[in-house]
Amino acid sequence: MTEKQVLLQVENLYKHFPIKKGIIFSKQTGSVHAVDGISFNIYNGETLGLVGESGCGKSTTGRTILQLYRPTSGSVIFDGEDLAKLKGENLRRKRRDLQMIFQDPYASLNPRMTVGQIIGEPMEIHGTYKGAAQSKRVQELLQLVGLNGAFANRYPHEFSGGQRQRIGVARALALEPKLIVCDEPISALDVSIQAQVVNLLEDLQSTLGLTYLFIAHDLSMVRHISDRVAVMYLGIIVELADRNELYSNPRHPYTQALLSAVPFPDPFVEEKRKRIILEGDVPSPVNPPSGCRFRTRCQYAKEICAEEKPAFREIAKDHFVACHFDIS
Amino acid sequence: MAELLKVEGLETHFQTREGVIHAVNGVSFNLKEGETLGIVGESGCGKSVSMMSMLRLIPSPPGKVVAGKALFEGNDLLTMTDESIRNIRGAKISVVFQDPMTSFNPVLTIGDQVSEPYRVHHQAGKKEALERAVKYLDLVGIPNARERLNDYPHQFSGGMRQRAMIAMGLICEPQILIADEPTTALDVTIQAQIIELVKRLRDELGMAIIWITHDLGIIAGLADRVNVMYGGYIIETAPVKDIYKNPQHPYTIGLLGSLPRMDETGYRRLTSIDGLPPILLEKPAYCPFEPRCHYAKERCRKENPGLMQVEGDGHFTACWVNPKTGKEY
Repeated sequence: MTEKQVLLQVENLYKHFPIKKGIIFSKQTGSVHAVDGISFNIYNGETLGLVGESGCGKSTTGRTILQLYRPTSGSVIFDGEDLAKLKGENLRRKRRDLQMIFQDPYASLNPRMTVGQIIGEPMEIHGTYKGAAQSKRVQELLQLVGLNGAFANRYPHEFSGGQRQRIGVARALALEPKLIVCDEPISALDVSIQAQVVNLLEDLQSTLGLTYLFIAHDLSMVRHISDRVAVMYLGIIVELADRNELYSNPRHPYTQALLSAVPFPDPFVEEKRKRIILEGDVPSPVNPPSGCRFRTRCQYAKEICAEEKPAFREIAKDHFVACHFDIS
Repeated sequence: MAELLKVEGLETHFQTREGVIHAVNGVSFNLKEGETLGIVGESGCGKSVSMMSMLRLIPSPPGKVVAGKALFEGNDLLTMTDESIRNIRGAKISVVFQDPMTSFNPVLTIGDQVSEPYRVHHQAGKKEALERAVKYLDLVGIPNARERLNDYPHQFSGGMRQRAMIAMGLICEPQILIADEPTTALDVTIQAQIIELVKRLRDELGMAIIWITHDLGIIAGLADRVNVMYGGYIIETAPVKDIYKNPQHPYTIGLLGSLPRMDETGYRRLTSIDGLPPILLEKPAYCPFEPRCHYAKERCRKENPGLMQVEGDGHFTACWVNPKTGKEY
């Protein structure tokens, strides 16, 4: 990559979901701090991986960027415009450039629509292609994702999980977007099929110049597909770095534990590996720990960790960590 | 080591509206005392069904075990009386199921459920059984186990529920623990906790383990021996190191190639296996992997290869072609 151009800039993004009690006189009794102040950039043409365990807010981040959830505060600047401030027609027009591939290929396709209708719907809504031109475009897209163009008249139930995910990819491509948020696109698929879909995503990126935000919990797959990787824990990004840097030189205790927990498909390596076993479970996002979010499970935690929130600082070029200490 | 379990020619069918699904098509394997056997394969390859058939846990109808033997301590699990197998299930052979969210009864307390196998199999009183439940909940690392006996499953997190499931599986000190994807629903850090726990318990209690999974990573650090399944057959079986270092079946090679590795430097395109797993509406007349195989030859379309010994002790593969040379053996 020559000059890196920022495509999307996320600044101080917060998303809190209210918890309400009572039926008639409902009042808010608390909130789930799903995303709690995160900032990062996505550069044109890159893949940014977003990893973390369930409930850490990674999917909420993806959906908040696309304005499927409106942020509690913060800005999402895409192409010079703040999506968080856009409304109605302006937002709808902008959405053309931002698409999503969903996790569950069984639930994300309407079973009563044909594949042609599913892929054609975005074009219908945005008025880009109509009638015969639309059918032709649907066929092109199907071929692009490695399916037979004649499948347009079939229904989703006639396809396997991997094929359905390809249909989901074709739908996301229908409006020629710039950024695609892939929300765990392969975790519902079998291993041999996962590789097919990942290869497809990579091919499309190089031919169409797409930018991906790739959300997943499978750390080895994220390493494979991403240029840079962000690690989330309990609503915040704890570490963000270049792919090779993050995996070879993790600096946040959580990243270190997470990486050491991933099983390796090699008995020779497994024999010698030392694991950092984290105690306990992730605390509740309703009432997150004070100071550093990770301190309750951190082996290095000191007093300062309970008192002060660690800043998200750049410790090496393009390597950001939110930790009070320098652990390496 | 003495042989504990010997399964021979197990076949299971399911009656469906589309026809008879041949889910398991002749599975044979042995399990020694204290051995950890990994069973790997993708969804629908018959790995869970073969284990559940062995324990007669297949709902019938639609399922039916149509052939085979499963000898445990010399007795056939498939033909013994209902009462005899009830005395084995949960006591000598126990199962930890995949989904910790749905495997517990939500209206009974954790203490009741974890102690139930002991009450049933040892005719123990409630108090004695609960004492024992405390011991095993302690063993699997549930903090304050005694106070938590009266908790209901929803008060436990996913990782804790899976630990409690394991405690329930262990409470009668079984000779064989069958773990059916016990960590699939869990996060990696919790998965690492559970795997370390199972390894420790295995060494302390000396039981044999059958670990069913689709994740080749988990098995690598855990199993002594691995069976790879495809289309209702075991298509390769070998000691764990041989499978990873020297895979012989094209499917195993493909599976390993489709996994990204964290220690890779630079970029490698993943080798995907084209096509889809078969739907087994009839027993395959030829190699079930042939339609997806790069090495396929004329013979592969005519005859179904059985397991044959290849280089290395105890390394068997069901393939006519030597993937190294691309020629038939």
